Amino acid sequence: MRIVVCVKHVPDIQSERALGPDGRLVRDGGDGTLNELDENAVEAAVVLAEQARDAGGDAEVVVVTAGPDDAEDAVRRGLQLGADAAVHVLDDAVAGSDAIGTATVLAAAVRHLGEADLVVTGMAGLDGLTSLLPAALADLLDLPQLTLASSVALADGTVTVRRDLDHATEVLEAPLPALVSVTDRANEPRYPNFQAIMAARKKPVTVLTLADLGVDPATVGSAGARTEVVEAAPRPPRTDRVLVTDDGEAGRHLAAWLLERDLVRTTPATGEVL
Amino acid sequence: MATVLVLLDHADTGALRGSVLELATAARELAGPGGAVHGVWVGDEPLDPALPVLGRHGVSVVHAVTTGDADPLLTPVLAEAVADVVRAAGATVLLALSTFENKEAAARVALATGAGVVTDAAAVERDAAGRVVAAKTVLAGTWTTRCAVLTEVAVVLLKAGAVVSSHVEDEAPLAPEVRPRSVAVTDRATRVRVVERTAQAPSDRPDLSSADVVVVGGRGTGGDFGPLEALADEVGAAVGATRVATDEGWIGHEAQIGQTGVTVSPRLYLGFGVSGAVHHRGGMQASGTVVAVNEDPEAPIFEIADYGVVGDLFQVVPQLTEELRRLRRG
Ligand SMILES: Cc1cc2nc3c(=O)[nH]c(=O)nc-3n(C[C@H](O)[C@H](O)[C@H](O)COP(=O)(O)OP(=O)(O)OC[C@H]3O[C@@H](n4cnc5c(N)ncnc54)[C@H](O)[C@@H]3O)c2cc1C
Repeated sequence: MRIVVCVKHVPDIQSERALGPDGRLVRDGGDGTLNELDENAVEAAVVLAEQARDAGGDAEVVVVTAGPDDAEDAVRRGLQLGADAAVHVLDDAVAGSDAIGTATVLAAAVRHLGEADLVVTGMAGLDGLTSLLPAALADLLDLPQLTLASSVALADGTVTVRRDLDHATEVLEAPLPALVSVTDRANEPRYPNFQAIMAARKKPVTVLTLADLGVDPATVGSAGARTEVVEAAPRPPRTDRVLVTDDGEAGRHLAAWLLERDLVRTTPATGEVL
Repeated sequence: MATVLVLLDHADTGALRGSVLELATAARELAGPGGAVHGVWVGDEPLDPALPVLGRHGVSVVHAVTTGDADPLLTPVLAEAVADVVRAAGATVLLALSTFENKEAAARVALATGAGVVTDAAAVERDAAGRVVAAKTVLAGTWTTRCAVLTEVAVVLLKAGAVVSSHVEDEAPLAPEVRPRSVAVTDRATRVRVVERTAQAPSDRPDLSSADVVVVGGRGTGGDFGPLEALADEVGAAVGATRVATDEGWIGHEAQIGQTGVTVSPRLYLGFGVSGAVHHRGGMQASGTVVAVNEDPEAPIFEIADYGVVGDLFQVVPQLTEELRRLRRG
C-alpha cells in the first residue's frame, strides 16, 4: 500500500509574518517550518502504514511538497516524523501559485509516483488558510474526497472517516483509492527522537521539475494564478488601550466603558435574537 | 449585463441560513443597474417560505436544483449542481457563505468553470475596470489585503456578518421566478457514502460566526461557563470557546474559535480566562473591540486587547453582568 502525504512549507506562525510589495508572503528569514496542520496528516499516514504492516502487508509513506529551496525542510521534517521517502517539486515557475495551481502541481506529482492507495493532506495551510486544496486535489486526481476527518480508519479496501461540521457530524466511507484531509483533532503528532532524526537523513528526497511532471508552466505559478493581491497592509495597531488590575470594581468600570462606547445595546435584552 | 449568483444555504427545514441575505445584498451591488441577482437552491427542501424574503432582497430568479439520488450535502455533488447553474445562468460571479463545506464546493466549481476563488472575504466590490475585488484579513488578522479576481468567472466566499443586509427600496416586493432544474451528477461525485449524519441541535443564541457580540471562555473558566452564559444572555451574545475548553468537553466542539475552528469578527469580543495563544488569535484578531479578563498580566491576549482587566473572571464577570443590567434598566 502506498500513502502519499502532501505537505507545505510555511512561515512559522509564532514568528512575525509579513506580505511583500507583490502581495506574496515573505518567505526569507529562515523561520519556515512544516505547516503544523500537516504534522497531523503525516502522523495519520504513518499510523495507517504501521497498522498495514502489523497486518502483514507492505506499506510506504511518501511526503510530497512543491515550493522553493527551503521547502525541502518541510519534507525532511516529514521524514523525521516517520515517512519513508520524499518528493520535492522544485521549479521557479511554481512560485506564486494559488490553491488551484498548487493542486495542479501536486496532482501531477502524485500521478508521477504511480498508484497511490491513499492521499492525505492537512485541513489547511496556516499561511493562506483557504482549505481549497484538498477538494481541488481530489477532483484533479479523480478520487473520492473525505475531508476534515477527526478520525480515519482503513479496513478491507475501504476508508472511513468521522467529521464535525458547523451544522452536523458525519461518518463517511469510500473505497480506496481515496483522498483524506485530517484536522488537528485526528491525532497527536509524535515527537521525533534522535534515532528518528538520524534515520531521516538516510531517506531519499527526489527532486522533480515541472518538465519531469509534464506540467505546462503557464498553467501554474503566477502565470496561471486566477487571483492577484492588489493591496496589502499591516493592520494598524490598536490605540487607546486600557489595562487595569481589578480592585474589586473592575466589572462595574468595564460595564460603563462598554455602554459609553455603545458596544452593547443600551436597551435591556428581551430574549429576542438580534 | 452581469448575472450574480448567490448560493442559498439552508437548513433541512427550508429556513435560509442567517447570512444568505447579506450575500443577496452584496450581489445587488455587484450586479449593478441592468444586472440581475439569481439564487441557486440545491435540494428538495421547501422553497416557498424563503421566496418572498429573497424577493425583498432583490433575487429575481431562483434555480431550484434537484440531484436525483445523489446527496447534495456531499460537496462534490453540490459543486456539480452549482457549476451547472453558473453555466446555465451565464453568471460571472458566484457568492457563497465562507464555510468549510462551501470552500470545498468552491474549489471544485473553480476547476469546472475556470473561476478564481477568494475565501473568507470581508467585503466585495468592483474596481474601476469592473473586476471583482475582495477584501480579506490574513496572517491571523494582522494584515489586510485586497484581492482581484482575474478570470471571467469569480467565486467569492463571504464571511458571515461581512455585509449589512438591506432589502430593496421598491414598494412592491419582487416575486422571484422559480426555475426548476434537475442535474444528473457524475459517478465521480457520488463515490463517498454517508454512513451516519447527526444534525446539531439548534440553539436559541445567535450564530457564533455572525454574532455582533461574542463571549468566549477558556481554560480559566475551569469548566464553569455559567457566569459567561448569564452575561451572553444579558447582551444577546453568542458563546465561544478556546480549543482547551472544547477538548475538555466543557462546551461543544462547534464553539471553538481559532485557526482550526470558527473565525469570528464581531463588533465586540469578550474573552475570559483565555491566554490568547496564536492559534486562537487567528480566529478572533479581526474583531472590532477586544476585551479580556485574565489573572496573568503577561497573557498574550493583553497585547491585542482594547480593554484588559487583570483579575479573576469569577469576580469580574458577575459584577459586569449585574452592572450592565442595573445601568440598562435604571
Ligand atoms: C495545530 C493547532 C491548532 C490549534 N487551534 C486552536 C484553535 O483553533 N483555537 C484555540 O483556541 N486553540 C487552538 N489551539 C490550542 C492553542 O495553542 C492553545 O493551547 C489554546 O488556545 C489555549 O486555550 P486557553 O487560552 O483556554 O488556555 P490557556 O492557554 O491554558 O490559558 C488559560 C488562561 O486562563 C487564565 N486564568 C486561569 N484562571 C483564571 C481566572 N479564574 N480568571 C481569569 N483568568 C484565569 C490563565 O492566566 C491563562 O492565561 C491549537 C493548537 C494547535 C497545536
